[in-house]
Amino acid sequence: MELVEAIILSVLAASTPLLIAATGELVTERCGVLNLGVEGMMIVGAACGFGGAWASGSIVVGALCGVLAGTALSLIFALMTLVLAVNQVATGLALTILGTGLSGLIGAGFVGQRITTAPHLHIPLLTNIPLLGRIVFGEDAFVYLSLALIIGVWWFLYRTRSGLILRACGDNHVSAHALGYPVLRIRLLAVMFGGACAGLAGAYLPLAYTPFFIPGMTAGRGWIALALVVFSSWRPGRLVVGAYLFGAVSILQLHAQGAGIGIPSQFMSALPYLATVIVLVLLSRTRRGGSTAPATLGTVFVPDR
Amino acid sequence: MQLVLEKRLEQSRTIALVSPLIAIALTLLTMSILFVLLGKNPLLALGVYFIDPLTDGYSLQEIAVKATPLVMIAIGLSLCYLANAWNIGAEGQLLIGAVAGSWIAVKTQGTDAGHWVLPAMLLAGAVAGALYALIPALCRVKFGASEILTSLMLVYVADLLLDYLVRGPWRDPAGFNFPTTAEFDPVATVPVLIEGGRLHLGSLIALLVVASAFVVLGRTIMGFEIRVVGAAPRAARFAGFNADHLILLTFAISGALAGLAGIIEVAGPIGHLQPGISPGYGFTAIIVAFLGRLNPVGILIAGLFLALTFIGGEQAQITMKIPLDVTKVFQGILLFYVLACDSFILYRFRLVSRQVTHGIG
Amino acid sequence: MSELLSDDPSRSDTPLLQALGLTKRYGAFVANDAIDIEVCGGQIHALLGENGAGKSTLVKAIYGLIQPDSGELRWQGQRIVLAGPAQARALGIGMVFQHFSLFENLTVAENVALGLDGRESFKAMSARLDEVARAYGLPLDPKREVWQLSVGERQRIEIVRVLMQNPKFLILDEPTAVLTPQEADQLFVVLKRLRAEGRAILYISHKLEEVKLLCDTATVLRAGRKVAACDPRQETAASLARMMVGTEVKEVKAAGTRRITVPRLVVNDLNLAPEDTHGVRLRQISLELKGGEIFGIAGVAGNGQDELFAALSGERLVREPGTVVIDGIACGHLSITQRRRLGAAFVPEERLGHGTAPRMKLSENALLTGHAAGDMVHHGFVDAAATLRAVDRATKTFDVRKAKRDPEAASLSGGNLQKFVVGREILRGPAVLIVNQPTWGVDAGAAAVIRQALLDLADAGAAVLVTSQDLDELIEIADRIAVMFHGRLSAPLSRAEATREKLGLLMGGSSIADKEPVHAAGA
Repeated sequence: MELVEAIILSVLAASTPLLIAATGELVTERCGVLNLGVEGMMIVGAACGFGGAWASGSIVVGALCGVLAGTALSLIFALMTLVLAVNQVATGLALTILGTGLSGLIGAGFVGQRITTAPHLHIPLLTNIPLLGRIVFGEDAFVYLSLALIIGVWWFLYRTRSGLILRACGDNHVSAHALGYPVLRIRLLAVMFGGACAGLAGAYLPLAYTPFFIPGMTAGRGWIALALVVFSSWRPGRLVVGAYLFGAVSILQLHAQGAGIGIPSQFMSALPYLATVIVLVLLSRTRRGGSTAPATLGTVFVPDR
Repeated sequence: MQLVLEKRLEQSRTIALVSPLIAIALTLLTMSILFVLLGKNPLLALGVYFIDPLTDGYSLQEIAVKATPLVMIAIGLSLCYLANAWNIGAEGQLLIGAVAGSWIAVKTQGTDAGHWVLPAMLLAGAVAGALYALIPALCRVKFGASEILTSLMLVYVADLLLDYLVRGPWRDPAGFNFPTTAEFDPVATVPVLIEGGRLHLGSLIALLVVASAFVVLGRTIMGFEIRVVGAAPRAARFAGFNADHLILLTFAISGALAGLAGIIEVAGPIGHLQPGISPGYGFTAIIVAFLGRLNPVGILIAGLFLALTFIGGEQAQITMKIPLDVTKVFQGILLFYVLACDSFILYRFRLVSRQVTHGIG
Repeated sequence: MSELLSDDPSRSDTPLLQALGLTKRYGAFVANDAIDIEVCGGQIHALLGENGAGKSTLVKAIYGLIQPDSGELRWQGQRIVLAGPAQARALGIGMVFQHFSLFENLTVAENVALGLDGRESFKAMSARLDEVARAYGLPLDPKREVWQLSVGERQRIEIVRVLMQNPKFLILDEPTAVLTPQEADQLFVVLKRLRAEGRAILYISHKLEEVKLLCDTATVLRAGRKVAACDPRQETAASLARMMVGTEVKEVKAAGTRRITVPRLVVNDLNLAPEDTHGVRLRQISLELKGGEIFGIAGVAGNGQDELFAALSGERLVREPGTVVIDGIACGHLSITQRRRLGAAFVPEERLGHGTAPRMKLSENALLTGHAAGDMVHHGFVDAAATLRAVDRATKTFDVRKAKRDPEAASLSGGNLQKFVVGREILRGPAVLIVNQPTWGVDAGAAAVIRQALLDLADAGAAVLVTSQDLDELIEIADRIAVMFHGRLSAPLSRAEATREKLGLLMGGSSIADKEPVHAAGA
């Protein structure tokens, strides 16, 4: 019982940064923009988030710093791809390279420092329910926030007019422009939201997942978040499933290593990455001859004035 | 008045020539600001980065040595990118090539093997790199899976494989438990070109690769096919060019070059297999490819330039205590500026007068 | 709905909309040059001009999509400045675009909602949508996704979307370009009703017979300037054409009766599934084309023309080699390069992006199809001089106007690029030429050159297959005409039998055995 509870808790924790980052990228991609810089924005979010929390003593301030850092980087991306019509793939890669370097610079002073991690919810009686108690009522704020975010995004995309307009921009930016919608401005907001989420997801790592910062601590989670968006067919419901599945794979291999199964640790560590490749292949195969990706994803749009 | 972006009628030749220079100038400016923020003298720092390494014979050789893998990999990447196939996993292909070539070195260690060892290692490195690159290529061609994500995931896998091998089965028993193989035998080492120097055969191979790419891209029908497939896929199909074959081919060539670069690094400057044989050459090569405008000669120059910054960065860390991450930041910023300036080859800004809005209703 | 306007005093007295001295430049190119135009309520006002005359630019300015460089707009006598289409809509101006502003993967209701200003709830809008659609005889199913609908149905969405704004002024940009003659008639019924309700309609077209039947007054544009205002009912098609083009258009001449020889292109029972879910399945297509013949394929866009082109050209292969036979050789399994070596040449519909690589030079684009046979490639190396010679030859023979010897394809005007693309293929001396939409979006002069070139090629003994949406063009040059509908090809009609009525019926799907429901285009 205790072990099952511990495993589920660790899966939730491992999945949360994936879910948050992927939620942001889902919105960005639904609008037609492919931002490959998620890893870069996450890692800068991690460095700034930790720095903010360490300097101020407050997790909330740290989280905000992470969000701002991610948003700031996404603005550079937006300037390049939306204003200067630069190729989105190249810009996203550049963003990741820059972000990795920046986070090393910013975080250099924080290596070795420690903070108190985000507190977990504690409701008397409810949190003490065996098995479910801590899972449902004993999480830290980030976990609840991640779920609120994805539900909010679902409601926004499918139940509001603004969400409809955003989806329209992703489907056909020429039509959206012809109807008078400010496509570039909407995309800017979507990109910023993606950056904010990536920054928050990155900040989660040193603020709640572990109480310290290591350079490179995102370890490719940003890329996995990108794969998750593909896996979800750009639908919020499936995104939650995917995030928890991937979180489970990455956690279970850690537990397996700990349990002393005789497979070399490196092979176990490689599992999440191999799983990503396999999932991408299987998914794309079933959709041959008709992708469900937003039709304008990754294409340049220069409005006719 | 408002600034709007519009497409040019024809690509601007002047901008194409001038843009890398402007990008470099802007980068230097930004870096100076960064240095000031770090509390360092910007002029001094820029000097250490860019001028000092050019003054010393030894560091000139080091630049060539560092540029070799960058240029080789970047040429391969340029072929992929021209075909609109995004190989992001060159780092992984480099590692796999290093592993495959090292396998021969490790297996023949201590035996009296002949001079076939080194060529065999290089061949193994290239073939292994090519095969590893074909995995994401096949995933894209057969299944439509994003080659960006698959090639990148495989980098992590390759890194872990290397880690496993040097900590486990291939670890030098006499190596004090360090995660490394034993030093390679002389027959398994890339020969040096100048006695006592660092410049090695790999640099010549790199130059050969540049020359070949120049001829292929500029003069042959295959180079034309690659360019059309990337620039206008429907027109390529109309021309009878098989996009799938070209993606597989460019990935294979790119993987082979990365693998070759990997084994040359290991069998040359480093001399044995260990974790961290590459300070991210596979990723820096992406910058080199873009900075060089996906053009072989441009890549040669860009490779040398970025190698210069690597050497400069190492020096700056020693003499001015500037963190090594600054080099990465510099490379990222440079890539941004290059992409931004290149945008003006295709587009330009125009001032439009916007009359003030006084609509009725 | 119509009560709103019956009390409107501005009806037919002051013009509803006026443009005075409207000018718009794109760099050095003047799209609109000091244009004056007036549209009154209760009128259908035609805007005439050939491709490139500036009609689309003018109406985009009226709709607020682009900003004029000088001149002014007046609405009911008062000066207005439109920052965007939302303001135009608020005033009561509605526009039905030539290229629909629809979202394929969204539903009909969502598409309509996006064209409105969102002040009412989605539910209320859906109810009103149903009401308006029924009232004007344009039924729509709000839950279907647009990619499943035919072109005529998509236009219905555009029109209903505009009608729901209760516009006083309606702009229609080439609405019948993608309709069968019968569908066009249905549209005219709706337009006449709107006119009777007192609304103003600006009707862009280059179809002169249509304009004479429908419109009360006309403004003619030529090269960006207004050259005439007239009553089309008093003019002849020839006089209108002269106003549009400026000179007498050269009539294409066939060199007397042509010698018809052996079958050069034969298609035997071609069946092909579409490549993606939005495509059309080809069913049991058969035809036989002899040397010296021009065979026309009519049909509204989206009935399988692209798929047929891909199958005939070799961009898509078929399993049974005998399905496509060129000069007696079964080639269904052969690639496009191999078919070119057999003597076939192809001109696709989309000249930029399919027929040429837009950002590449003309010489490189010559290599695109020329590498298959001829002297451009030796042992894998490209002979650049040979490619330039091909460009020069095409330029001279087909009068391609360009700024320099070897410019990028995208920098040429539509007509000139099309002359290059067609010329490039004809100069290879093909035995079979398959061409899709040869003069779409091309000015009258270039169109005449191209049609004459096709006739000359047939005179020389080649077999020419022309697919076109322009019935007039086919009637002019084709010896036999068949119609594509839902992936099937009708039996061909001879020149004598091919009347617009008959062709129109076939284009609309009548008298072709089709057991499938009309909407399942991709099943």
